[in-house]
Amino acid sequence: MIPSLASRHSWFEATARKRIAGLLDPGSFTEILPPAASTPSPHLAKLDLPGAFDDGIVIGCGQLEKQPIFIAAQEGQFIGGAVGEIHGAKLVGLLKRAVREKPAAVLLLIDSGGVRLHEANAGLIAISEIMRAVLATRAAGVPVLALIGGSCGAFGGMGIVAKLCSAILISEEGRLALSGPEVIETVAGVEEFDSKDRALVWRVTGGKHRYLMGDCAMLVEDDVSAFRAAATAFLADWQEPAPSVGLLRATQRQLENRLTAYGAYRDGLQIWAALGVTNPESVPLLDRDSLVALKEGLPT
Amino acid sequence: MKLNDILDALFPAGHTVRVANQVITGVAQTAQGTVAVLGTTDAAAIDHAMALALSGYILDTLEQHPGRPLVFLVDTCGQALSRSQELLCLNGSLAHLAQCVDLARRQGHPSLSLVTANAVSGGFLSFGLMADRCYALADAQVRVMDLKAMARVTKIAHERLLELAISSPIFAPGAENYRRMGGIEAIWERPSAGLLEAALGQGARADERTEDRRIALGAERGGRNLAAAILQTVDSALAAA
Repeated sequence: MIPSLASRHSWFEATARKRIAGLLDPGSFTEILPPAASTPSPHLAKLDLPGAFDDGIVIGCGQLEKQPIFIAAQEGQFIGGAVGEIHGAKLVGLLKRAVREKPAAVLLLIDSGGVRLHEANAGLIAISEIMRAVLATRAAGVPVLALIGGSCGAFGGMGIVAKLCSAILISEEGRLALSGPEVIETVAGVEEFDSKDRALVWRVTGGKHRYLMGDCAMLVEDDVSAFRAAATAFLADWQEPAPSVGLLRATQRQLENRLTAYGAYRDGLQIWAALGVTNPESVPLLDRDSLVALKEGLPT
Repeated sequence: MKLNDILDALFPAGHTVRVANQVITGVAQTAQGTVAVLGTTDAAAIDHAMALALSGYILDTLEQHPGRPLVFLVDTCGQALSRSQELLCLNGSLAHLAQCVDLARRQGHPSLSLVTANAVSGGFLSFGLMADRCYALADAQVRVMDLKAMARVTKIAHERLLELAISSPIFAPGAENYRRMGGIEAIWERPSAGLLEAALGQGARADERTEDRRIALGAERGGRNLAAAILQTVDSALAAA
């Protein structure tokens, strides 16, 4: 059911705290290291930049349909949700706790451009620690879900982290990639990637494309309660598999086949046509339900 | 330093290594027996094909040679920058590679990486930083971005960044900065069979090898002091799920 416009709360526009409040059971969230108990990044202060008490990430525990959940939400409005030393350590700490306490799931509300350049080395090492901690959490049998639909998307190291999760739930507004279009344009030229061409950026990195390609498990309306419903539905059906060569072999084959089939393409339109979409130009105009129906009807 | 000279210095007892599309795969002999040797050369910009060549070789090793140590040679300028690469979700292939390195650890394959020349952002994250331990040659370049580009993006004067870089390891390029922060275990003056074998020998105890100790190491070395305290606080915070 699509909520009426009046009752919709855009995930894209919500703050990290609003997303958590709307996602979890009302009143169930307890923040770990709340702003009152924290200090802003001294590294930013050294550069005369304003810090944030939560360093751009909110972490804690709560419940989703009465199931115990660990949750982390990045605040895209603070330096693009980028990962610095404190920010990264909060997330690593939460995941380490999850290995021990085994909640029903960890939800990562990603809204980040990746490494925080002002703390570049600390950020890069922290992303590596997050990567290992996500896999350790999953290996302990705890699913880790990535939810993507904020203004910063999931880029750089956080794009890699997202793809290490059990699954990704993404909205049409969500974007997922490694290098940002601006970076590619700066280095390789505007002919390679015109970052001002919003429609093109979206056809390459946007939620619909990632969902059609199978890189994201679910496409979700840009609505906080839709994300809640999707996360609940996903977890109800999901049993975290033990890491194995067999699973990674299957992924390896799939990625190799995909590279052979689509490696020369440069636009989502080309891939969607090759996937069997009869009218690829219509994809950007489809609403969420029609797109999901289209994907389910595609030849496999 | 040429790849062959590095290989000769690391593996005087012999190595059979193939390089294709800047991807290194092969085996070498050490005092601890045969090891798998893999990685990238000539400042490779990691793309789907390279990532999948590496992950495929790791999976072959896991299937055919249980327990065989993995030695990664890292020389990458980062990830390939192109629209077609992003169209196929490059972060997904890099994540797959990282997952293969992680699975090797879980299945009892000790691993180490050696940065031979360049280690930059996404390329470094996908395998070099995923090994049990990461080492770097003294003249290796390790970074997210060079200071000039960083000045442009952050809109902070280059001179100011240069000045701050002297006292803080937090953002300026350099293997030594990564060592002080715990991301790099040790710096080697030159590639050496003795250092390699000592490093491989360190992986004897499985719990030592599999535990990610980089935050603690960064605190011990005084290069990264906040993370350890945050970890401790999060760990002991009263919050019940």
